[in-house]
Amino acid sequence: MHGKGLRALSLVTFAALAATFALVFFYAPLDADQGFIQKIFYLHVPVAIVTLVAYVVAAGFAIAHLRTGNRQWDLRSYTTIHIALIFNIVGLVTGSIWAKASWGHWWVWDEPTLVSFLIVFLLFATYQPLRFSIEDPERQARYASVFSIMGGAFVPLNFIAVREATGYVHPRVLASTDGGLPGSMAFVFVIAIISVALLFATIVAYEISSKNTSWQIRALRRRALGDDAVTPLGRTAAPTMGTSLRGAS
Amino acid sequence: MRPSLALLRKDLLLERRAPESVPAMLLFSLTTFVLFHFGIGRDEVTGSLAAGVLLVTLLFAAILGINRLFVSEHEEGGFDAVLMAPIDRTAFFFAKAGALFVFLVLVEIVAMAGFSILLLGVSPWPTLPGLILVLVLLNIALSTVGTLVSALAIQTRARDLIVPLVGLPMLVPALIAAARACAPLFAAGGPGSIPGKWLLVLGLYDLVFGLLAYAVFEFLLED
Repeated sequence: MHGKGLRALSLVTFAALAATFALVFFYAPLDADQGFIQKIFYLHVPVAIVTLVAYVVAAGFAIAHLRTGNRQWDLRSYTTIHIALIFNIVGLVTGSIWAKASWGHWWVWDEPTLVSFLIVFLLFATYQPLRFSIEDPERQARYASVFSIMGGAFVPLNFIAVREATGYVHPRVLASTDGGLPGSMAFVFVIAIISVALLFATIVAYEISSKNTSWQIRALRRRALGDDAVTPLGRTAAPTMGTSLRGAS
Repeated sequence: MRPSLALLRKDLLLERRAPESVPAMLLFSLTTFVLFHFGIGRDEVTGSLAAGVLLVTLLFAAILGINRLFVSEHEEGGFDAVLMAPIDRTAFFFAKAGALFVFLVLVEIVAMAGFSILLLGVSPWPTLPGLILVLVLLNIALSTVGTLVSALAIQTRARDLIVPLVGLPMLVPALIAAARACAPLFAAGGPGSIPGKWLLVLGLYDLVFGLLAYAVFEFLLED
């Protein structure tokens, strides 16, 4: 059985997100300088942080895959990058909206988070095409793991390079987390990070159990109805597993 | 060390007998300078514009070489030969990265001469010591990451798509650092000093990706 604990996780995530929205709109003070639009900060920055952390975590899964050869780790790595890519797009769009609202341009090159976010997106957007262009599932998993390890190391290095390359022209909300952010804002911000991270974990958990379940169904159909009952797998970027269910927990 | 040198020698000999990558990269660089001349509408470039034109051209030229790096192995069964030989697999990595490094140096010598004559608005001689330092560091980045990306792409169905798609974003930090380091060298009023910060970033990139590429390379060969 897959998907154990999914219901509890979903409920917790839902509660956390609802609480975050309530806090952001009714508790967190209005920014004196930017006004209401500053509230997008509670969405944009947590999404950005969760995305970058997720890429690094995916690299950890990939290392585990190369060390153990267990394809479940590849599935975790794939799913993490897949969802992180979607969060990455959300982060880019919200960052762009925020830039338009507070600086008047849809794109600002001297905002290092936004720029490095775009570069990271461009790199990880090639993850799926890379997987898709390798047919042998075992080799696909191995090559994808090599890519995601490189990508995991790329994230912090890229951030350093971009951050150093951008001038500190604009005031940054997070520039002085210790002193600059008022206590109530910092509190809401931490809650927002936690709930976005929970949302991420929930979606990843759903995708993993969905993939595992469909593999299991395929294997069961094949055993019950014979090989003709299952349509052959086409080329896919997603990890696939044969009839063997070992390693699938 | 000796297997690496033997493999490196083989690649250099192959390139000497049937020149393929280096002439292509060279011609490409010179053509790109001409394209830049018309594209940006300038007769002379200085400062960060000169650094950008030179380094972006070299980066794209390197992509050509990276694309072809493992082609002979792939087509002639060299992978199996290396796997069957009683040598450490990372020797293969060092040989290939070394070959790419040598190719890049050859290309840069001629491309730099062409760039100075065609586009550069300042005298190239005073910039040379600093430029050589930056280019060596950049070449290490290009050859280690390039070898890895090339090995990654060679077994896929879309090799010539995967190399630039994966390679270019992966090399963005190295390009940022190299371009920022080179910009003061080409300043209109005579070369300024290289900001040490950027050499450090470039060195850090070389170190991290060099070690990583070395560590994961063998997973691309096990077949």
